[in-house]
Amino acid sequence: MSNENEAVAVAAQREGWLAQKGNQYAVSIMALVLLGSLWVLSIDSRYIYLLVYVWFGMIYGMLLQYGRFCMAAAVRDLFAVGVPRMAVGMMIAVALYSIIAATVTVGGFSTFHPHPIGWHVALGGLIFGFGIVFTGGCASGSLYKAGEGNVGSMIVIVAISFSQAIFVAASGWFDRLVPAAWIDSAVAKDMPEELSVTEGWFDIFTAGYVWDMKGSTLAETLGTANPVVASYFVNTLLVTILPTIVILIALYAVYYRKGYLRRAKITAPDMGDHARGMWSMFTSSKNTAIAGVGLGIFAGLQMWVTGALREHYHIFNFGELLSDMGHTSGLSIQDTVFDPGYWYITTQEAQWGAWVMERMGVNMMDNIFFGLDNGIPNPLLNAPGFMSIGIILGAAVLALSRREFKWKLPSMETAMFALIGGTLMGIGARIGMGCNIGAFFATVTNGDPSGWVFLAGMVGGGYLGVKAFNLWIERRSAKQDECEL
Amino acid sequence: MAVKFEQTSDGEYKLDVCGYSCPHPQVYTKKALQKMASGDVLTLVFDNPSSGESIIAMCDNEGNDLYERSNDGGMSIWKIRKA
Repeated sequence: MSNENEAVAVAAQREGWLAQKGNQYAVSIMALVLLGSLWVLSIDSRYIYLLVYVWFGMIYGMLLQYGRFCMAAAVRDLFAVGVPRMAVGMMIAVALYSIIAATVTVGGFSTFHPHPIGWHVALGGLIFGFGIVFTGGCASGSLYKAGEGNVGSMIVIVAISFSQAIFVAASGWFDRLVPAAWIDSAVAKDMPEELSVTEGWFDIFTAGYVWDMKGSTLAETLGTANPVVASYFVNTLLVTILPTIVILIALYAVYYRKGYLRRAKITAPDMGDHARGMWSMFTSSKNTAIAGVGLGIFAGLQMWVTGALREHYHIFNFGELLSDMGHTSGLSIQDTVFDPGYWYITTQEAQWGAWVMERMGVNMMDNIFFGLDNGIPNPLLNAPGFMSIGIILGAAVLALSRREFKWKLPSMETAMFALIGGTLMGIGARIGMGCNIGAFFATVTNGDPSGWVFLAGMVGGGYLGVKAFNLWIERRSAKQDECEL
Repeated sequence: MAVKFEQTSDGEYKLDVCGYSCPHPQVYTKKALQKMASGDVLTLVFDNPSSGESIIAMCDNEGNDLYERSNDGGMSIWKIRKA
């Protein structure tokens, strides 16, 4: 047990667990979420669909905080400080989730839709990867850090929300930057007039470029008919497990091997030594590895539970349930709302931003992203939005009970980085069709190779981001004498 | 709020990165350790828990001895002896 855990345990024993203020707050949050859940269920039992998002969000928040699980660190810490711990944790979560996702798919409960592969995925990943170096966290990392009281991370969430909302709805001179072929192709889709698909860069990009490509899993591309072979062998083994093993070996060889052999005092290593070294790398940060295991399992379970609920209510999308319950405001023209059924972060945040902008009198529904696909539901009825809030609350519960909660006001520099980085993350997420969760984690684990393209872009962006970050702090320390670093 | 790195006595340094989130604390810690000589001690003060995990791994990797860790109320004071 580390010194810090010992200190917490001794203090807890001395004063009694509930006598600790942090534990009291933690229990209060749990009680409020539980009572709130019971209250909405008493109004209409169909709200269970929304509550599933809340509770899975709470679990994700606890696991993310427990393992300090942030995919920004996976890329950034490799280049910034040569530490592979988070990249390893991420690969463990990816491998496990893919096995569970395959089981869910074979069971017929999968809610996953593959993404088309194109230059946009790599470019989106690149912009997103550059942004995360400056925000101090990825999309879900910023949520769990907000739960630890980090105000800078809250600014990141606000920046991601508004930058996405503005980016997908804006039109102007930059519309002229799109190729004419995209406009012709968008016009040919014959979409309803109120969506004005030829106005707005993102609409033309979506209808005139992305829609002309078809996303598919590797098993679909190869035409594998047997669902068990398709899910376990083609999608899981070939698309997820094998690349994961290659990446883990590369991480060991480049970032871990040297230090391990020195610590173990091995001068002429054989294969057994390297195998033990790999195992040591997996277990070097137990919290991260445990979080990876937990996230893999629960992300799979969420897809299964939501899939089962859809079958139970005979729906394809939460919008139908909202409509049945009399909530028709904020639905898209297809009566749908954003409802991925699995771990996803950025789109619901775009909806929050758009909802606020609508209240300010801006028409945010005259576009494909909100008007046709995702809608802009009231945040009180935004199911995936509650998953994000659940992540913040779950992380707060655990941080409070571990005495790690602290309100942290950002310095001017951190706030500026949060705004700029968060804006880049928002723009990158929309071009790349998701963040490190939606465009990477959820895709590669479901047999969709587009996620590896996003990761490649994100790694490139992370590398450039670290270079830019180092230049910034060198310039800063040269200017200020207080820090001779 | 600014990063503070100072020599407190012979062979002892202090780095205060409170108020900064990832990746500042780990990057500054790495830079501080690079400035120090073998056997020197760094007292590191930070309040971003997630940086701690990276700093532990970094010390492990480079053989630096992270011999004291105290954490309370979100504030951490750690001591590292450079290898």
